[in-house]
Amino acid sequence: MAKVHVPFDLRHLAEGAAVLEVRGTCYRSLMAALRDRYPVLEAALVRDKAFVLDGEILDSPLLEAVAPASEIHFLPRIGGG
Amino acid sequence: MSEAMDFKVIGTRPIRPDGVDKVTGRASFGADFSLPGMLEGAVLRSPHAHARIKSIKTDAALAASGVKAVVTGADFPQVAAGAIEGGEGGGDFADLAGNVIARGKVRYHGHAVAAVAAQSRAQALAALALIEVEYETLPAVLSLDAALAESAPLIDEGLMTSGLAEPATAPSNLASVIEMGNGDLDAGFADAALIVERRYQTPTVHQGYIEPHACVGRWGQDDQAMLWCCTQGAFDVRSMTAKVLGQPVGSLKVIPSEIGGGFGGKTTVYLEPLALLLSKKSGRPVRMVMTREEVFRATGPASAATIDLRMGFSQDGKITAAEATMAYEAGAFPGSPVGPGTMCVFAPYRIANFRIKGMDVLVNKPKAAAYRAPGAPQALFATESAMDEAADKLGIDPIELRLRNAVEEGDSAIYGPKFGPIGLRACLEAAAAHPHYTKAKDAGVGRGVAVGFWFNVGLQSSAEVHINEDGTVTVIEGNPDIGGSRASMALMAAETLGVPYESVRVVVADTETAGFTNVTGGSRVTFATGMAVVEASKDIIAQCCSRAASLWSTDEDMVEWRDGAVHPRPGVNVEAKPLSLKDLAGKAGRTGGPLLGKASLNARGAGPGFSVNLCDALVDQETGQVQVKAFTAIQDAGKAIHPSYVEGQLQGGAVQGIGWALNEEYVYSPEGVMENAGFLDYRIPVASDLPMIDTQIIEVPNPGHPYGVRGVGETPIVAPLAAVANAVSASAGVRMTELPLSPPRVLEALDQA
Amino acid sequence: MKVHVQTEVNGEAVEFLCDPTATLLDVLRDNLGLRGSKEGCGTGDCGACSVELDGALACSCLILAAETQGRSVATIEGVATPEALHPLQSHLLKSAGLQCGVCTPGIVVAAKHLLEEDPNPTEEAVRYFLAGNLCRCTGYDKIIRAVLDAAAEMRGEAA
Ligand code: FES
Ligand code: FES
Repeated sequence: MAKVHVPFDLRHLAEGAAVLEVRGTCYRSLMAALRDRYPVLEAALVRDKAFVLDGEILDSPLLEAVAPASEIHFLPRIGGG
Repeated sequence: MSEAMDFKVIGTRPIRPDGVDKVTGRASFGADFSLPGMLEGAVLRSPHAHARIKSIKTDAALAASGVKAVVTGADFPQVAAGAIEGGEGGGDFADLAGNVIARGKVRYHGHAVAAVAAQSRAQALAALALIEVEYETLPAVLSLDAALAESAPLIDEGLMTSGLAEPATAPSNLASVIEMGNGDLDAGFADAALIVERRYQTPTVHQGYIEPHACVGRWGQDDQAMLWCCTQGAFDVRSMTAKVLGQPVGSLKVIPSEIGGGFGGKTTVYLEPLALLLSKKSGRPVRMVMTREEVFRATGPASAATIDLRMGFSQDGKITAAEATMAYEAGAFPGSPVGPGTMCVFAPYRIANFRIKGMDVLVNKPKAAAYRAPGAPQALFATESAMDEAADKLGIDPIELRLRNAVEEGDSAIYGPKFGPIGLRACLEAAAAHPHYTKAKDAGVGRGVAVGFWFNVGLQSSAEVHINEDGTVTVIEGNPDIGGSRASMALMAAETLGVPYESVRVVVADTETAGFTNVTGGSRVTFATGMAVVEASKDIIAQCCSRAASLWSTDEDMVEWRDGAVHPRPGVNVEAKPLSLKDLAGKAGRTGGPLLGKASLNARGAGPGFSVNLCDALVDQETGQVQVKAFTAIQDAGKAIHPSYVEGQLQGGAVQGIGWALNEEYVYSPEGVMENAGFLDYRIPVASDLPMIDTQIIEVPNPGHPYGVRGVGETPIVAPLAAVANAVSASAGVRMTELPLSPPRVLEALDQA
Repeated sequence: MKVHVQTEVNGEAVEFLCDPTATLLDVLRDNLGLRGSKEGCGTGDCGACSVELDGALACSCLILAAETQGRSVATIEGVATPEALHPLQSHLLKSAGLQCGVCTPGIVVAAKHLLEEDPNPTEEAVRYFLAGNLCRCTGYDKIIRAVLDAAAEMRGEAA
């Protein structure tokens, strides 16, 4: 199962968990599994954060494959100058 | 990129393809375009920092001589909230529309209220004076403290803070809160032998591009529209303008002019929707050009910030704990770069125990826009000042202190993911060995060191490579060339195709000609668009190989591409002679048609950029005047495609950072009117203020790019703030924590010391 | 009422009608189509509009077009010959002394004026002379080097 690091400021939406083990083979199934467990968290992640898969910030992760050993972070969005 | 590469043209310093146009005055910038029958537009701007608009009367203006159209907020459609895509984080379309023209309320002095198009600029300006606006003034909120105070006047009555553990129950000026953390803060501080704790402040500053915003818009009776404008992203202008006007994206063609600087400030729209709506109403093309004063009052400042920092150190200089509370001014609409600020603040270091809180705060100032590494300079000004103070107090060399804490490949960044190959350590080691650092300081001079960091981004890019019938090459892409990128694209195409640099021309095309591409920003063009150019060139190579194989009646695996030509492998018939790009271009019609290579991609693997800056500064104890005596910028570029332009980025960023540290700031009256809206009083560095800016390019190849490139454009502005402040603090003998370090402020500190 | 002005621009006689309040910069750009001079500020603070008026360096945004009656104006468009760039222009290209390039026309005009007055300026002299020409992209380093190199070349020394 992939390791989802819950952002510090959203941990209250995941019963305080810092890391969740989530099943999913791609972005969509992973987020669906997350939604089943913590719907408010999932909505906040989609709305406010960028999806980071194994260190790579992905602005459009829709078709992304997720491996069992993958690490997922959610970060504030970055603008550029 | 696996092993060290042997480059033919990459890494050389040829003359840029657009160079002659730009030194002879032939290049066309935003204000240099005109169309037959064109009108001149002008904007009526709010005289108040905060007020309700009770009524607007435009009849007299419309009846004035030469006036052909007037627009106000009421002429624009309501725009629904929704995130703006394209890597300019924090933006929302409804706010963008509200910033383009005020509706109901003005939120800053200079906020657009109405616009006029007339036959001449003088007539348009005269008509502005005839527009009657009735305002009910409201108290202006001009500082973070005032904005966050209980019972502060509300800038947006509907704004509920996001990111709180408990949903907000009442509106406030606090748009959002971000928190990050790890480990045990109390235990970390309990372990500390030294704690540095201070408040650091940076002012509102402007990107200061020399070319004011300008555009020409033309709207047709068929609702097809055209915009010529100076922008960092024609496709972004297209999507934003279409949204603000409620038009389909495909009905708008955006032609990017040459661009006279942007630094992030030209990644949004201000005039463009106004010009098009005026054109629609008048049936004539409309040109709009901002004055310098308008540029200051109504466009892109970078957020002022207040950062409360606390860092704990062990006796041997290891960071045991770190805490930061960071408040950034968003301006009149949400969206300061505090998010990236929170991720940058401790990014260069390994820290087990930390807590970071970021706040995005509304004030009655223009909406903050991106400015080179948005959010990072403020953040690292704080951290790198504290590191300097710690080095001093612990008696450890400042570079050595940083080396003891520096992140390396494989470390998790404090914001989560693991770093790939990065150049922080290499930059620090280069700095320690640099003659600037090893030579003795002159009397009275202070020497400052600071580290810079920026993520760099990838995003979407497209490119086409056309092989002309004589073998010359045309590259078509959509990223405006803001600092020599045509040269970099040509170098990468020439390297990949094995042709001379001079045979490649690069065209920056409009939104109907080039494939979609995100902005020129985020330090992404040489990386991501460069990657698209390399892939499109490889597409050409594949086509050449296949055509040569057909000509030689053999299989594709019996041919290979080498040195700009297809070569037969042993076993192909002996008659087969290598076919160059030129040979194949000449036969293109007979071998399947024109040679046209394409690529479109969403680039992955933008490697973060680290830098180290060294600054020698001398404080005049009588006047408080600071003189920068020497400055060295060292940065990891992955691979420098055109080293001169990489050096140029380092030097330009350094000087912008020096300006931010020493002179630049928005000065406001108590009513919220900027009092220094011109280059005379908002003083950016001039040639006589500065020494030569030495550079050293470090190359730790980025595995995410075929030639090892990592972005270089933004990191250079991050380190100078603290490098200068540390040097000034050393020379003055007193710790300076509030920018700018203008003579009065330095004098005051000297007096108190 | 428009004023009728006869003057000389880059060695050619020109005449135009303009508002009495129109600046030389406006007329160069809008009436004469010479858009190489740029407006960065309109208040004499950036130097992007630099021209020579009767051989004196000036900000064209501060000069009324009507004042040029019977005088002679030199702009960036007159600096290169059909055959060759001016050494300042080629050295700016060689040294990458421009990034966005919007300040470049003003810098070329001002630096050319300097080198005509002082063919062998020190780095400091170049820095002070160009202090009225703002550049936000380059940090000036490569511009200053280009001017010093061009001066050396014009003096016949190897740059
Ligand atoms: S436009 Fe004339 S000095 Fe700036
Ligand atoms: S090169 Fe951009 S302002 Fe000088």
